[in-house]
Amino acid sequence: MKIGPILAKRGDWLSPEGGDHPVVISSRVRLARNLSKMPFPGWAKKTERIRILDEIKPEINCLNQMKDGFSEHLNELSAVEKQVLVERHLISREHAAKGVGSAVMISSSQAISIMINEEDHLRMQAITSGLDLLKTFQMIDEVDTALEAHLDFAFDPELGYLTACPTNVGTGMRASAMVHLPGLVLGEQVNQVVNSVNKIGLAVRGLYGEGTEALGNLFQVSNQTTLGEKESQIIERLNKVIETLIQRESQARENLLATRRTTLLDQIGRAYGILTHAHSVSSKEALNLLSIMRLGIDLGFFPEGGRLIINALLMETQPAHLQHFSQQKLAAEERDYRRADIVREKLKSFPKPNNTKESGDHTADPAPESK
Amino acid sequence: MICDVCKTNPATVYLTQIVDGNMKKVNLCESCSKDKGVSDPTGFALADLLLGLGETQQVEQASPAEQCPACGFTQADFKKTGRLGCSDCYATFADGLSSLLQAMHKGIKHTGKVPARLFRDLARFDRLNELKRNLEEAVTKEDYESAATIRDEIRQLESGEVDS
Repeated sequence: MKIGPILAKRGDWLSPEGGDHPVVISSRVRLARNLSKMPFPGWAKKTERIRILDEIKPEINCLNQMKDGFSEHLNELSAVEKQVLVERHLISREHAAKGVGSAVMISSSQAISIMINEEDHLRMQAITSGLDLLKTFQMIDEVDTALEAHLDFAFDPELGYLTACPTNVGTGMRASAMVHLPGLVLGEQVNQVVNSVNKIGLAVRGLYGEGTEALGNLFQVSNQTTLGEKESQIIERLNKVIETLIQRESQARENLLATRRTTLLDQIGRAYGILTHAHSVSSKEALNLLSIMRLGIDLGFFPEGGRLIINALLMETQPAHLQHFSQQKLAAEERDYRRADIVREKLKSFPKPNNTKESGDHTADPAPESK
Repeated sequence: MICDVCKTNPATVYLTQIVDGNMKKVNLCESCSKDKGVSDPTGFALADLLLGLGETQQVEQASPAEQCPACGFTQADFKKTGRLGCSDCYATFADGLSSLLQAMHKGIKHTGKVPARLFRDLARFDRLNELKRNLEEAVTKEDYESAATIRDEIRQLESGEVDS
């Protein structure tokens, strides 16, 4: 299958069937594997990388999970196409920079994606919507088990799966959840929470992983360590922290409703006002405002039915998605115009925020200043 | 306040460093600060410690001239990239890597998934190690009768490996 149909279709984790969680957007688990007796991609020569690719690719093609999937060499993809895959979290930014000797394979549901010759020979990931790291792990674990019957993975009885970077050795597993924390950000508690999560050996990063900014109040929480614990133990530890994060975020939202209701309504009203009337919106502004709209839905200021529109816009307003679907390369300025047009069009029938409504789940006392 | 590294001893060394314009703070106890070379600020980067990137330094100290026989990767390459050359590098640079892995991870023994076809070998490997320890113990205790039994079992296990 060529890339067009894959890109035209929304991944399962972004679709309505995916189920929606007010705090956890998606769960992702990736496994790093390498063939034994072959240099890691970063050290391998071009001919070796091609040989590795030729050995791995047919085995993945045989997998049930990858039936009717998409497969392409990185040098065959345009810069915009690669960037669209990055925006969907189907490949890493690092992989997008690769060319000859690297490939990406994506299942038709886009739940499984496999990078060949990224930092390791194989980086396989499963992504699902909402919070279910264990199920997500099992999905990719099945792929791994099927592949290991045909591929000789580098494994040491003491150190586990051997990876190019010593930070991944052992399970080779990185489990992560993308969490939406507008309450903690608006309540100015997010730094404190992020610091305490970092202290217990888990990493909190921005939207696109290592070294990226936390745009749209979106954060990724993941395990830092891969050696010395079973996969299930790592996931359990992560789950506990995520549960706490969900709790803290819910408290922060209730707090905002109870004590800073006017500020909250102001933010939501401004987000609605700008998105429905602006003629130029940057991707950063779009992400941040759409995040507030999402919060507005979570708190009952907008009807639940609006969630799909906001989720879709979160993806479609990203720079590469915008360019891919307008089928032309756009300068930054033109992108901002185009983005504003799309947002206004999609939000045309979106109702105004219902300020009088008391959210059912958050029956906090109406704050005096809101009257 | 307790040490950020060992998380047991009280911290006595408080370090602040500006990395890429961000201030990072770390609190260390006496022995961890020595382990990490904090007394020598030129050879120490807080970011390395926090991000677990201290490997370059440590591996270099361990074996400066070594080269991986399988892939030709050297210490200098590791220092440059922070990545290893091939899976055999883990054995080549084992000495330098072990302290690094210890600092970086929850433990230094893999306890997770094992490829199915290695699973049987691995069980045998663990059993062999256990038997060899027992054998040594028996010999030390001059319990030659037990030693002979253990040796027979070791031989049997090792010959089993040849069979398969």
